[in-house]
Amino acid sequence: MQRRKERVDRGIKVRAGDVFALCSWREMIYLAAPRLLPIAVCLLLPPMLGAYWQKVLLSVAVFALLAISWDLLAQAGMISLGQALFFGMGAYVAGVLNRYAGIHPFITMPVASIAGGVICTLLLLPVLRLRGIYFSMVTLILPLMFVRLIEATRIIGGTEGLSSITPLPSRWIELYLILAVFLFALFGFRRMLASDYGLVWKGISDNDRAVMNAGINIYWFKIQALFIASCIGAFAGAFMTHVYMFVGMPVFALDYSILPIAAAVVGGSGTLAGASLGAFILVPLSEILRGIGGLRIVFYGIFLVVFIVALPEGIFHYIQRKYHQFERWVEVK
Amino acid sequence: MFLGTVVYAVINSVILALMAIGFNLTFGITGVANFAYGSLYVFSAYLSWMLLNWLGIPFLLSAAVSILVTMILGALMYRFILLRVRGQALSEVIATFGIGLAILELFRYFGMVGFEYTLPVFVDHSLMIAGVYVDMQRVLIVVIGLALIVALWVFTHHSSIGLAFRGIAQDERTALTLGIDSDWIATLSVSLGAGLAALAATVIVPLGSIAPAEGYDVLIKALAVCIVGGLGSTGGVIVASFAIGFAERFTDTYLSSHWTMIVSLAAILLVLAIKPSGLFGKQKELEERI
Repeated sequence: MQRRKERVDRGIKVRAGDVFALCSWREMIYLAAPRLLPIAVCLLLPPMLGAYWQKVLLSVAVFALLAISWDLLAQAGMISLGQALFFGMGAYVAGVLNRYAGIHPFITMPVASIAGGVICTLLLLPVLRLRGIYFSMVTLILPLMFVRLIEATRIIGGTEGLSSITPLPSRWIELYLILAVFLFALFGFRRMLASDYGLVWKGISDNDRAVMNAGINIYWFKIQALFIASCIGAFAGAFMTHVYMFVGMPVFALDYSILPIAAAVVGGSGTLAGASLGAFILVPLSEILRGIGGLRIVFYGIFLVVFIVALPEGIFHYIQRKYHQFERWVEVK
Repeated sequence: MFLGTVVYAVINSVILALMAIGFNLTFGITGVANFAYGSLYVFSAYLSWMLLNWLGIPFLLSAAVSILVTMILGALMYRFILLRVRGQALSEVIATFGIGLAILELFRYFGMVGFEYTLPVFVDHSLMIAGVYVDMQRVLIVVIGLALIVALWVFTHHSSIGLAFRGIAQDERTALTLGIDSDWIATLSVSLGAGLAALAATVIVPLGSIAPAEGYDVLIKALAVCIVGGLGSTGGVIVASFAIGFAERFTDTYLSSHWTMIVSLAAILLVLAIKPSGLFGKQKELEERI
């Protein structure tokens, strides 16, 4: 006797997908709860935490932004292995503007986001036509090269970097600013991906030649995807510059490239929420594991492998499935 | 000074080719991404060091044992991890990179860094070539490296297993219809690639010392050589390693050592942007660029 697992939508999902959703509290909560949960967490968590864990929450939000930026690029068929490029570019633009021109953080951050986005897009423009792993290689190499270039030419601070950069007014503003930007990016870009515009991106990643056949200029869409993703990454970098009051070669470090990918892998890519969930799991986890020193990167590596092999869809898709459907074993006739 | 630089550039090029040859076999010829390559290199070096210094086994025997163990490790890695994500390029890269990360950081955690972590040279002797002293180990490296490249070329072009390696990279399904067991061939390819990494480590490590950071370096260099030369081409490996090797040594001598790494990175970037299949790659144009 053979059995197979059957998945059936829950009744409440079927009803809530229809106009009856507004007929009962239960269905309204069923629809709203997954959306309200992250907002509630971001609003209520900061006052409950101590100064140390507030810093952790801050870097969680930064890495979640980087993971969202990675996920957006991946949706348009571009797998990046170098989010550090976007992050570092934003960080350096903000640092230079603040240090040499003395511009206020609230102006440098938006300017650095846009300028970082433009620079990164221009840098990657010549390799826009590359597909798959070839594009990934380029993104892997660019940040490595910037580190060596800064080291060799000693421009913008060289190996010492730029220090004594103006901090943000208070740590509450810092924290709520980044959390607000994170929530805005999460919900805004999720909405964008669900629209027709997002559909074109997904089409490009599924079958780019078919999209070209439909008379759509995929290069223009890829440029837009690159610009949007690198703006998000650059904002994260510019923000961190003002938090650390320092910018230097570590902003191009491999951490900023690997952690977002790890977050997207653990959480599940394609939904942005999955990538953010991954960041909310991985960053605090690595803080807890900080006690065991260098061994934590070992665990990290093993963690990645286990997730890729055992739960390739990611946590978010798993939870989503459990939320919307129930499973049962049925006999195969 | 010029002649000396040329001599050392040749040696450097052959070292690069040696580092890249296993990666080329796995990633270039068979198309299986093995980004744990650098850490397998470091792993085998540490293993033969431990066998040599802790158990007192003679050097050649311990090197042979560590090459064998690394090959088995490669095969196991394919069977239990890579097989499950086969065909998804990104997952292959992340999974193997994760394994590599774990191995390298484990050695770093144990603090096995320093000058005492090195392997003995084969023959302690030095020669005079073109007015510069070259020790016997470097001469041996050149000989072994060139021999290995020739062997690889013969293997991939004139043996049935070697042809199967290239076959599953070109079209896995057609290879299956011709009776090639693609899983077995891919296992063999990862395992052989790991073995070549171990062999390279045995020969190259006596020149310096073993360090976990070396693993990332080896991976990047192997990637550079394979990309510049063209995936799937043995001749490309030679040309690319000589181009990068000479460029590195000459920038080192005439510019400054800061620029050495930049040269090889810039070479990869340029080749990727202009001709992604590499100087001698003959692979599928439409799959790499649109």
